[in-house]
Amino acid sequence: MSRQMTVALFATCYNDMMWPETPKAVVRLLRRLGCEVEFPVEQTCCGQMFTNTGYADEALPAVRNFTATFSGYDAVVAPSGSCVGSIRHQHRDIAARAGDRQLEDDVVALSPRVYELSEFLVDVLGVTDVGAHFPHRVTYHPTCHSLRMLRVGDRPLQLLKAVRGIDLVELAGAEQCCGFGGTFAMKNADTSVAMGSDKARAVRETGAEILVAGDNSCLAHIGGLLSRQRSGMRVMHLAEILATTDDGAA
Amino acid sequence: MTGHPHVGVTDAFLGMPKFQTVAKVELANSVQRRNLAHATGVIRGKRAAVVDELENWEELRLAAEAIKDVALRRLDEHLEEFEANAIAAGAVVHWARDAEEANRIVVDLVRAEGASEVVKVKSMATQEIELNEALAAAGIDAWETDLAELIVQLGDDWPSHILVPAIHRNRAEVREIFLREMGKVGRPAPQDLTDEPRRLAEAARLHLRDKFLRAKVAVSGANFAIADTGSLVVVESEGNGRMCLTLPETLISVVGIEKVLPSWRDLEVFLQVLPRSSTGERENPYTSMWTGPGAGDGPRNVHIVLLDNGRTRVLADPKGRDALRCIRCSACLNVCPVYERTGGHSYGSVYPGPIGAVLTPQLRGTSSDIDKSLPYASSLCGACFDVCPVRIDIPSMLVHLRTRVVDESRGGMPSGEQLVMKAGGWMFADHRRLEAAGKAAAGAGKVLRSKRMGGKQVLRSLPWPASGWSGARDAPVPPTESFRAWWQRTGGGHEEDGHE
Repeated sequence: MSRQMTVALFATCYNDMMWPETPKAVVRLLRRLGCEVEFPVEQTCCGQMFTNTGYADEALPAVRNFTATFSGYDAVVAPSGSCVGSIRHQHRDIAARAGDRQLEDDVVALSPRVYELSEFLVDVLGVTDVGAHFPHRVTYHPTCHSLRMLRVGDRPLQLLKAVRGIDLVELAGAEQCCGFGGTFAMKNADTSVAMGSDKARAVRETGAEILVAGDNSCLAHIGGLLSRQRSGMRVMHLAEILATTDDGAA
Repeated sequence: MTGHPHVGVTDAFLGMPKFQTVAKVELANSVQRRNLAHATGVIRGKRAAVVDELENWEELRLAAEAIKDVALRRLDEHLEEFEANAIAAGAVVHWARDAEEANRIVVDLVRAEGASEVVKVKSMATQEIELNEALAAAGIDAWETDLAELIVQLGDDWPSHILVPAIHRNRAEVREIFLREMGKVGRPAPQDLTDEPRRLAEAARLHLRDKFLRAKVAVSGANFAIADTGSLVVVESEGNGRMCLTLPETLISVVGIEKVLPSWRDLEVFLQVLPRSSTGERENPYTSMWTGPGAGDGPRNVHIVLLDNGRTRVLADPKGRDALRCIRCSACLNVCPVYERTGGHSYGSVYPGPIGAVLTPQLRGTSSDIDKSLPYASSLCGACFDVCPVRIDIPSMLVHLRTRVVDESRGGMPSGEQLVMKAGGWMFADHRRLEAAGKAAAGAGKVLRSKRMGGKQVLRSLPWPASGWSGARDAPVPPTESFRAWWQRTGGGHEEDGHE
């Protein structure tokens, strides 16, 4: 484990614009664990929304921007399994389609150094107890791209189990998709909501106060349903729980 | 069969509404939702149990993938080898370019036998070419003998699942269909029929027995065609297939050209992965294998119709061709959260679910509304890839087909979506544009969160293009400051009070 390592934070465009507390939590957490955190301001987006909707040409500027912005770093950390999944599994295809060999080579060189938060904490820093304190009843939803594209496995649960005071309860059918699916949530809104409603019911039946996950996009979908249902439940990104300490800084 | 739309890979499917339109109706069918959730849940559990008990499951998947890839890479050679060996064993081999040609061959063969009816083994290929409709047009009755296909046929319905065609029906519905319909086409169901599975199966058995004993011609598909022996293989659960394959004098098998396996030994892998993936069984109850006509037993005339119907076109696409590895096990349907809720009819094809969403638009092309919408009928959750016994990366293939749909739509008047995507692509090319957007969002956030606006935390309705979101979901109000604005204002958080 190399303390004092420099980490580039890829906030992701969605967190940057809509959920700034999540990347702020990542900054606090990584500094607490001894990392130097940089935020290269040239960063924009991973391009996943374009790629997954079929707009490969429109994804290209984002892929170029990401590769140019982060190629100089040894480690890039993002609080989103989905965005990291896109970087590791789709950027190369976008570069290849553009016929840009240099970009393709750069993507291949960079993408193994891009980590989802729980991967970085457990695999690179080698920690599961990050010194967090969070005395609440919590249930965890493993998001699909973390689970099936990145294979993060139980890393987020290892991290959550080590949080002091937490009451972690199991979510039935946890590995079933919540129905967000990017533009699927709007292009197939009825199906997306049907899937999300089943997920929201399972979440409510846990009796937890808070639903936690590693992707704010999925959480906005499930949270949007829970809010419309006046469920009284909150959703929170994994980073925000892990960043919370006895001082109450969350 | 008149009440259902054309859902095969023929020229007749055009005019099917897009996935979303049908799905909206199907989602409202709460009985079907319950039937599907229950049935797919049961099969999922059975599959998981018999897969988990094998230590070498991943090796079997890799082997199945590799064998299929080898078979497809030199498909022409394997097919000719299969043909030569089948002919040497006494079979007659026919080649059909498309559905029309295949149907004509089968109709002519049935007529040549002087038959006015055929019994059928459950077969996806014959559904794909809409053979029953072609036979009906020629005045020939086709009797489905698979229990679930019988339910579907009697109900003037169409299959909603590859392996369990009547999965959308519960047993109370099956009882009603049997009571109402069996008498119209043969031996009626007993009047005191209950919805016990045993009684329903008995009614079907008695109804079908007459047809098995009477029919001169049977039509089947095949799960595998073995190149080095010229054999065909049918894997089934009920034994009704075995009846069709052995009792009539003439057997006609319609076989997709991708069903070929190079060698008899390859069955070692596929007879392990198929039953475990499909019905969740270690071994299926009936495996029938035949190599031409047998001496003194079984059918005297064995015909094999090798069907292309778009498959060589799929083979030409390096990213799409993996779909031809499919062995029609349905494991991807049973784990798919979209399929579980919308049912198979939403997919407008005899091939529903995740595999249908990648196979149908490749076989039929992406020019119709339904085929353009199918690659989008997925949240890309990836559960299908995880269970696929031949490791078809369905999520990546869906993205590939979405790209094809978008590419084909370029060049005309841009749609609203195209304009939004183009603007987005432009914005993400340069962080200063994103910064400006972030400032605008934060400005909106400040207004919405202000006392004057009632301190909104969530939005209950959104304008286009986000209106699809807010029908059932609240939307977050933008924060008053983006992350990057915070980072710049506080020097990376170092100058912020209360924290560092």
